[in-house]
Amino acid sequence: MSVKVFERPKALSDVIFHYCPGCTHGVIHRLVAEAIDELGVQGKTIGVASVGCSVLAYNYFNVDFQQAAHGRAPAVATGIKRCLPDRTVFTYQGDGDLASIGTAEIVHAAMRGENITVIFVNNAIYGMTGGQMAPTTLIGQSTTTSPGGRKPERAGRPIRMSEMLSQLEGAAYIARVSTHNAAQVARAKQAIKKAFQAQADKKGFAMVEVLSTCPTNWGMTPREALKWLEENMLPVYPLGELKTEPGLPEPSAVKTTVPTREVKTE
Amino acid sequence: MAEQILMKGNEAIAEAAIRAGCRFFAGYPITPQNEIPEYMAKRLFEVGGTFIQAESEVSAINMVYGAAGAGTRAMTSSSSPGISLKQEGISYMAGAELPALVVNMVRAGPGLGGIQPAQGDYFQATKGGGHGDYRLLVFVPASVQETIDLAGQAFELAERYRNPVMILGDAVLGQMMEPVVLPEPADLAKIPQKTWATTGTGGTRRPNVINSLYLDAELCEKHNYKLQEKYRQMAEREVRYEEIGLDDAEIVLTAYGTSARVAISAMKRARSEGIKVGMIRPITAWPFPYEPFRKTSERVKAFLDIEMSAGQMIEDVRLAVQDRAPIFFFNRMGGMVPTPKAVLEEIRRIDHSVKGDKLGGRLGV
Repeated sequence: MSVKVFERPKALSDVIFHYCPGCTHGVIHRLVAEAIDELGVQGKTIGVASVGCSVLAYNYFNVDFQQAAHGRAPAVATGIKRCLPDRTVFTYQGDGDLASIGTAEIVHAAMRGENITVIFVNNAIYGMTGGQMAPTTLIGQSTTTSPGGRKPERAGRPIRMSEMLSQLEGAAYIARVSTHNAAQVARAKQAIKKAFQAQADKKGFAMVEVLSTCPTNWGMTPREALKWLEENMLPVYPLGELKTEPGLPEPSAVKTTVPTREVKTE
Repeated sequence: MAEQILMKGNEAIAEAAIRAGCRFFAGYPITPQNEIPEYMAKRLFEVGGTFIQAESEVSAINMVYGAAGAGTRAMTSSSSPGISLKQEGISYMAGAELPALVVNMVRAGPGLGGIQPAQGDYFQATKGGGHGDYRLLVFVPASVQETIDLAGQAFELAERYRNPVMILGDAVLGQMMEPVVLPEPADLAKIPQKTWATTGTGGTRRPNVINSLYLDAELCEKHNYKLQEKYRQMAEREVRYEEIGLDDAEIVLTAYGTSARVAISAMKRARSEGIKVGMIRPITAWPFPYEPFRKTSERVKAFLDIEMSAGQMIEDVRLAVQDRAPIFFFNRMGGMVPTPKAVLEEIRRIDHSVKGDKLGGRLGV
């Protein structure tokens, strides 16, 4: 007798994540690694880590990596991809990195139609620095720099990067997905794989915004955080494909698998 | 011998970089260096390279970071305000040990300053610029030909030390035309393999990581010691300077770049008047040629440092000379270039002064 057991993707290193309990970075790392495995591009992939909780991403992916300055990952990825156009290049950025300090870099990478894949993890807060307000923080959401809740008259309103970037002709694929339940995680996987496929097909700039939780800085249990994401973030950040170039598959047509291995049992 | 042609400094540096194997350029428009990106936009694609007009200087240097990390000979150029913006990326590149060429065609500052030639970025280039303990190899050429020659070596040295190299020019060097001889294009196949570059593992090796983050303080200290050892080696091996007429010199001029050209003219006129003037012209601003100053200071009567700044290189001259000889200073700033005549007058004053003549001018600083 043997059974199939859940297996680590080859593109994910066999090390322990530093992420807080209940944080969905681990899930998203796994989805990216699975997509790399399924497309068979591990040996020709170069990742670009950003600054934020995912700053150590280079320790977690079993591929070549460059660590970029805060917000500059799309510029670094541009340099790599232009020199090595047949390689797979992706950035992994949080919302402070991409939607605040790195707005110029992400907008212009999309404008140029850089043939790269961007994984944009949005948890509506600065995680690594201890829970400060991000441009993506919701109205009324309390953070260390918006005590008592974000007030629009003081700090504006949440920025919707996917909607903004989908206006640019250079953007081939822009989607927003979430990680708050298993069904959404499966859809997130399809979108991430599609974003890597878009790069393989030389379609241009592809970005998947992944809504994520930060139980530590939101001050919630992991379960409460997933519920909070569903109830509060989805109305502000609606899920779906905002832009998809002709020739890319329907999301439901993106076939994905889960890595498993056979284990003998008595 | 190769043909001599007339070329503008900015275009010459671009062509020299391409011939040295540069295949990636990212930049942003700023006067007085625009001919560099403009030339690259035309020429780089012809040789299979890439030119990108970035959205900012910040992005440009980070594109160079990515390209250099991918193993390509890469460069950027700018002028003073733009170089300030690039300091973040330069610090990261020094930390991540990435080779690249950064050209600064210096204009007047601070702030927007002006678009005329100046030398006010010496501190920025040689004493840090960005955050953290790092050094750049800084070349300060004084002619278009020398700029070409140094651009050619810049990539080799950047790769040897895995460190950014800067060419610190100015608006005069960028804009003037001089007869030059261009080198033959480098054989790209002979460029040493970069086993550290992120080109994809190919499934045959462990992943390469380009990184400047060391969260463990002990490891970060170790990394810093490693960098410092590299800078020590650079200081030991890469000092370059030119000595002119030092044998019998009583007054030693020192200046770099455009100031050096003016100083040489003044020196020749002073010599024709019988004043024994020599010159030390640094070609590397970092590492600074302390030794020739130290040695010379034991036998000459005075130094005259000439700069298009409020006096920046003079601090290195003082470190070398100490109190063994008086150091005089002559400068123009804000985009003004000293004239040979004004420098000559200063030399005459110093000559009177060191001879105890009452016509002696201001005190050495």
